[in-house]
Amino acid sequence: MLNFHKEHKNLVLTAGVVFIALSIMIAILPAFQMQETEPIPGQKPLSANERKGLRVYVAENCMACHTQQVRNIEMDNVWGSRPSIPSDYFFSKKRLDVWRQSPSLLGSERTGPDLTNIGKRQPSEDWHLLHLYNPRAVVPESVMPSYVWLFREVDSTLVGKDDKTIAVPKEYFNKPGMKIVATEDALLLVEYIKSLQQMELPGGKVNDFIPALKKIQEEGMGGAIDSGGLNGENLFKQTCAACHQDNGKGVAGAFPPLAGSEIVNNEDPDLLIKIILQGYDARPDYGVMPPLGDQLTDAEIAAITTHERSSWGNDAPAVKEEDVRKIREFIKSELNQ
Amino acid sequence: MKKMKWVLLLLLGCMPQFAISQNSSISTENWLSSPGIIGTFVLIAIVLFVAVIILLVKLNSYIDTLKRKQHNKNKLAFDDEIIAMEESDIDSILEKRKAAFTYKLSGDELGGENGAVDEKGLVHHIENKPSNAFFDEKKKTTLSLETPEHLKKIVIYYVGTAAVWLIVGTLIGQYLGMKFLWPEMDHQSWLSFGRLRPVHTNMVFWGWSSLAMIGLGYFVIARTSNTVIHSQKLAWYGWFLINATIILGSLFLMAGINNGGGEYREYIWPVMLLFAIALIITFFNFYKTVAKRKISEIYISNWFILASLIWTIVLAIIGYLPFYQDGLGETIIQGYYMHQGVGMWFMTFTLGLVYYFLPSSLNKPIYSYSLGVLAFWTQMLFYTMIGTHHFVFSPLPWWLQTVAIVFSAGMVIPVVAGTTNFLMTMRGSWNHISKSYVLPFFLVGTLFYFVGSMQGTLQAFRFTNYVWHFTDFNVAHSHMTMYGIIAFFLWASIYAILPKITGKEPPQVLVGAHFWMAFLGLFAYMVSLMAGGTYKGLSWIEGNAFIESVILMRPFWVWRAIGGSLMFISHLVFAYNFYYMVKNYRKVDTQERSKEVEEITV
Repeated sequence: MLNFHKEHKNLVLTAGVVFIALSIMIAILPAFQMQETEPIPGQKPLSANERKGLRVYVAENCMACHTQQVRNIEMDNVWGSRPSIPSDYFFSKKRLDVWRQSPSLLGSERTGPDLTNIGKRQPSEDWHLLHLYNPRAVVPESVMPSYVWLFREVDSTLVGKDDKTIAVPKEYFNKPGMKIVATEDALLLVEYIKSLQQMELPGGKVNDFIPALKKIQEEGMGGAIDSGGLNGENLFKQTCAACHQDNGKGVAGAFPPLAGSEIVNNEDPDLLIKIILQGYDARPDYGVMPPLGDQLTDAEIAAITTHERSSWGNDAPAVKEEDVRKIREFIKSELNQ
Repeated sequence: MKKMKWVLLLLLGCMPQFAISQNSSISTENWLSSPGIIGTFVLIAIVLFVAVIILLVKLNSYIDTLKRKQHNKNKLAFDDEIIAMEESDIDSILEKRKAAFTYKLSGDELGGENGAVDEKGLVHHIENKPSNAFFDEKKKTTLSLETPEHLKKIVIYYVGTAAVWLIVGTLIGQYLGMKFLWPEMDHQSWLSFGRLRPVHTNMVFWGWSSLAMIGLGYFVIARTSNTVIHSQKLAWYGWFLINATIILGSLFLMAGINNGGGEYREYIWPVMLLFAIALIITFFNFYKTVAKRKISEIYISNWFILASLIWTIVLAIIGYLPFYQDGLGETIIQGYYMHQGVGMWFMTFTLGLVYYFLPSSLNKPIYSYSLGVLAFWTQMLFYTMIGTHHFVFSPLPWWLQTVAIVFSAGMVIPVVAGTTNFLMTMRGSWNHISKSYVLPFFLVGTLFYFVGSMQGTLQAFRFTNYVWHFTDFNVAHSHMTMYGIIAFFLWASIYAILPKITGKEPPQVLVGAHFWMAFLGLFAYMVSLMAGGTYKGLSWIEGNAFIESVILMRPFWVWRAIGGSLMFISHLVFAYNFYYMVKNYRKVDTQERSKEVEEITV
């Protein structure tokens, strides 16, 4: 009837029609369905500036190395507290303009870290700007490009009041009388990156991660975290080392050293814990430290501070979970008054 | 998977020492290296191996019975013919046969007292001075094809610009690979990794592979239809539009104007529109050529080529229409688009080319036409469904992921059908490997067609995805397929056909250098990234700090750069070979016209 071997018209038509039918079934209809997703109640749209920052993010094609999806498997729980859901992308994945489509933010490769929750993990603007100017200034082993074209070299006398200058260590920029100033694009990009924060779902209950190891499966995902066996060194690497560095030496001119620091080595850890909980901006020669109280539990802060106080030549007594809890309560009561 | 494990356990029961080790280490910490997992893989491999052998044996016996039936039929027909013959005819046949029995060579046909004369043209190649002691002297191509001048020109220009894009595109790729080792190599915005990566991928996709495919496609379409191409003008329009797409697209990308970062659709739509128009023009031209073919059958190559054009036109339209692409709708389309771009365009078209160039360069028919037809329809049914396997564990619907995984497994059918067909066509002609480099190129292409596609299927499983997804393993896979399969098949076809239409064959040493550098380079590239990617995935599973996985990749990135350099150098050699084949080919042609010319037959 169709005789594909001799009737070219039938052959081409059949191949075309079947392919279109399959495509509608497997791609177009599901895509339409996904489009009906609604935002999470209370989810905020991107501000005008954040949207502009997203455009810089797309123009530099950050998606080539950074994903923005927390998969529902255990190894991904370092990137967010819950697996991503379609609603998370409601505001960010809209068509950019007439020329450009909705950005492929989910990504396909993790040459660099996932950015779903980077705004919570790394809230410091100073860190992000220095990191963009030269990633190796804060993460020596990083292979990320330096985005120097997002910054200007300005004579220090000509630096305006509203200009955001970056404190770059001498090894990376050493021209006397010149300062590095962030361009509008850099500030917008950082504003967008800081806006990347995973939203907690109302009701709190979410589908869990699929664990990789049987051990964790048996003990339950939360088990390992509640126990006292927290690895302070790992936690420090994940949370603090970005600025203060693995070796505790910080970045000269940007982030203070912890090795040999008076605050860290003080017999009484109160100030150290306070700084971690509330943030710190007392030293104009260094960047601003963001508050981490919402992000870290008492036990985690205890583990981190204990690690800080016993490493890199530091020698001070360990910190207990209770110490942290006391100070947290104290701060709370002070705020309430 | 579970069943296999049970089988494995049963097997292990026979080997006490293994059974003990299984019991003593219940720890699932290093589950990847546990005997169960490794054994499962080995078993699957064995089962697959045996299954393939059985399938081949079965196929063979089935084909034998078919042949026998045909043979018996012929015998009956022959008997009928003899019975119907006149007495005198039979006599004359018998006389001839009698004379043939008593015929003897005189012994001095090719020498002795008389001068040597090769009256029947039996001697093809005379080498008086075997000059090269290091390389086996390969056979020169003896055939030249009578091809219309305009078709030669179209093929040469398409392949020529493809070679240019190959060199530029892989130079950029090599530069990108080096940036992993020296991230501070430059501080130009338009040379930064994010902007340059899509320049590399799109250039080798739409520039090198697509142009080479279409150029060779013009030859196949005209020749297997036993006619001339429908319109030369349209061929040149297509050529111009595709080249314009690459130039404009690359400039836009480097200027920071991209479509949103979805892989292989980074060109903004006004640029990609040029490419789509070129596809439509090419399809129209091919279709019209096939429509006015001078034989009744449509050769299987043309099935693949025409369909791949249709499918890719549909694909480009679906990929760029905006109506369903907000939110994760875009992600579904992205998975669909990027997989079909590879499967429906490059793979399908290239298979079409192989169905012509492989048998024609071996001077024999394709092993099984029916297997080709089976591969064609299953390619369409299975390949279309598997796009979402790029987003396993993502927030896309679980059922969509499962469908993709199931059909990925279904890909075994077209892949095994195609591989079997090619290998069985080569069977009995293995001595060609020692005679020219065309068959080695085809053989490596076929090998990677099987290994690369099957590896892709395995990678789609949730289990393996867990370890490999997001790591450099993906990069290894895409090079194994786009380079190992597509590029090797294209080179095989180019080396098979260009000498025949230009009458000039490049020095075999250089073709060999191209082959070995490309092959070894790819191998180093692939193995280093696969190993590194696996370590990276394991490091993530163990919950190490992310930067650890960057640090551990360094030696593997070094090896990748070494492999990449070899690949790039081989492309320079290829470009020289191409230049050698086409330089002054018109002059060569007239001088060597005395050579045997194969009649246009199909």
